[in-house]
Amino acid sequence: MVLRLPYKAFYGSTEMAMLSFERKYRVRGGTLIGGDLFDFWFGPFYVGFFGVTTMFFTVLGTFLIIYGASLGDTWNLWQISINPPDLEYGLGLAPMAEGGLWQIITICACGAFGSWALREVEICRKLGMGYHVPFAYSVAVFAYVTLCVIRPLLMGAWGHGFPYGIYSHLEWVNNVGYTYGNFHYNPAHMVAITFFFTNAMFLSLHGALVLSSTNPGGGQEVKTPEHEDTYFRDFIGYSVGTLGIHRVGTFLALSAGFWSAICIVISGPLWVDIWAEWWDWWLELPVFPQEDLVRQIGELKTDP
Amino acid sequence: MREYQNIFTAVQVQGVPEPGVPLPPQDSRTGGGMLVHLVGRFGNAQIGPIYLGFLGTVSLVSGLIAFNIIGLNFWAQVDWDPVQFVRQLFWLSLDPPPAEYGLAVLPPLKDGGWFMITGFFFTVAVFSWWLRSYRRAKALGLGFHVPIAFASAIWLFLVLGFIRPLLMGSWSHAVPYGIFSHLDWTNAISLNTGNWYYNPFHALSIVFLYGSALLFAMHGATILAVSRFGGEREIEQITDRGTASERAALFWRWTMGFNATMESIHRWAWWFAMLTTLTGGIGVLLTGTVVDDWSAWAIKHGVLHESGSNWFPE
Repeated sequence: MVLRLPYKAFYGSTEMAMLSFERKYRVRGGTLIGGDLFDFWFGPFYVGFFGVTTMFFTVLGTFLIIYGASLGDTWNLWQISINPPDLEYGLGLAPMAEGGLWQIITICACGAFGSWALREVEICRKLGMGYHVPFAYSVAVFAYVTLCVIRPLLMGAWGHGFPYGIYSHLEWVNNVGYTYGNFHYNPAHMVAITFFFTNAMFLSLHGALVLSSTNPGGGQEVKTPEHEDTYFRDFIGYSVGTLGIHRVGTFLALSAGFWSAICIVISGPLWVDIWAEWWDWWLELPVFPQEDLVRQIGELKTDP
Repeated sequence: MREYQNIFTAVQVQGVPEPGVPLPPQDSRTGGGMLVHLVGRFGNAQIGPIYLGFLGTVSLVSGLIAFNIIGLNFWAQVDWDPVQFVRQLFWLSLDPPPAEYGLAVLPPLKDGGWFMITGFFFTVAVFSWWLRSYRRAKALGLGFHVPIAFASAIWLFLVLGFIRPLLMGSWSHAVPYGIFSHLDWTNAISLNTGNWYYNPFHALSIVFLYGSALLFAMHGATILAVSRFGGEREIEQITDRGTASERAALFWRWTMGFNATMESIHRWAWWFAMLTTLTGGIGVLLTGTVVDDWSAWAIKHGVLHESGSNWFPE
């Protein structure tokens, strides 16, 4: 009697975590490593070998962040910051309280993100899906690794990584950005922003189009993909279609992340001046007569 | 084991172009549509027909007038030299009137007058295009989600070029028309108002902008991954759930413990994208009108350490 209660509580919660159609999809197999060893679910979560490694890195990393916060002066969530080592430590290991924690947390982050991607692959295999989601996710991981591993390696010091804090990482973006003048002149940054804005626009249009077909309002019948295509052909002369819009969206979103990584990894390793001056190559092309500019740009104006 | 991954459309069936769902009798479309094989590799192969109509014509003509006024002003600035026009194109700018003209509707042409006229035609183009998005939805019996989403972008457009300058008492606060000059404007407003990283609505807007990229990557990739089960037929999956929806939902449930449905993911998408410009517009509107210095604001509310740095608080 005493023993049955916790068993039923656990069994019951597992059942409740399942959707009505879920049981038939919960099959064994598809794992990349470990065979059947971790091939089970915990509540709604699939575990797997990479679920275990994800938990290991996540719990350790989170604990180290909390420990690092306890060494600092504040528990104000906005102000907590786990900083990378000083530049003087170069690519070496730093003492725990002076950036060593940041270094281990970075390793934990890479381990957790990599495990998460591989766990997604295992879930794809279980469900017979394509590998588009783990591929997409790995682009985001690439952007993080570029910021905290690749660029610091190229510049010769872990101190070039960004601090882990809600507002301190914005301060890092601010300071590193202004090291190169007005960062908006970074051509890869321009490309990334263009992808981000276009992505948001297309996401709103896609969401809106599907909702407008399935929620026509006023007791009307739900519309069809032909209505969706017709709407955009009438509106702008082209409809990319129900399959195409998901290719477009995936491309835009991944391009935004990819070019974000490019725009920062070229700042420092490839270009050390202010970005506004990078554009001089265009003005100085031999095909152009060299006249003075009508308008100077890129100066950090303080009076618009 | 090798498996088919849906990246490009490998096989295309080409018939005659679709004319589209019939319109009310007084409306007519332009062109019969054409099929382009290369376009069909990525999305629908068919380009056109288009519905032009009165509003479309007004919008295109107004937009073209605004575009040409900007271009001719650029050209005039380099003394009508076509080579320097190309060379300095990104550097040239049509600026708003200087501060001393305040809210004058039409300052001298060379002192912001052309800017005001451009703004008028640009706004006419945007508003008639918005009405068009509404009328085309109505003609097909669709909901008004597209015009509502478009309105969210127009909100930011109006705040930047009309509402905030109006509240500040001078059109000089509007954004200039120029490739590099609008970047300078963006940089300057942040520097002049205590760093926009501490503007909470700017932060929210970025969250929704990045969140939109995250959502479109997740959603787009998920649908492509279940396209082998017909997942791109979303309306069908919404009204009559199939195995594509079930697998898509379970993928995220097993990954992160939570899933949207085939319909609700589009509500997430719609709201995230709309909130980008809604919160962005609020952030712009408050700057200089309600809050002059966002760093000071952040220090006052405990977001920023009183030393002015959370990275290296002294």
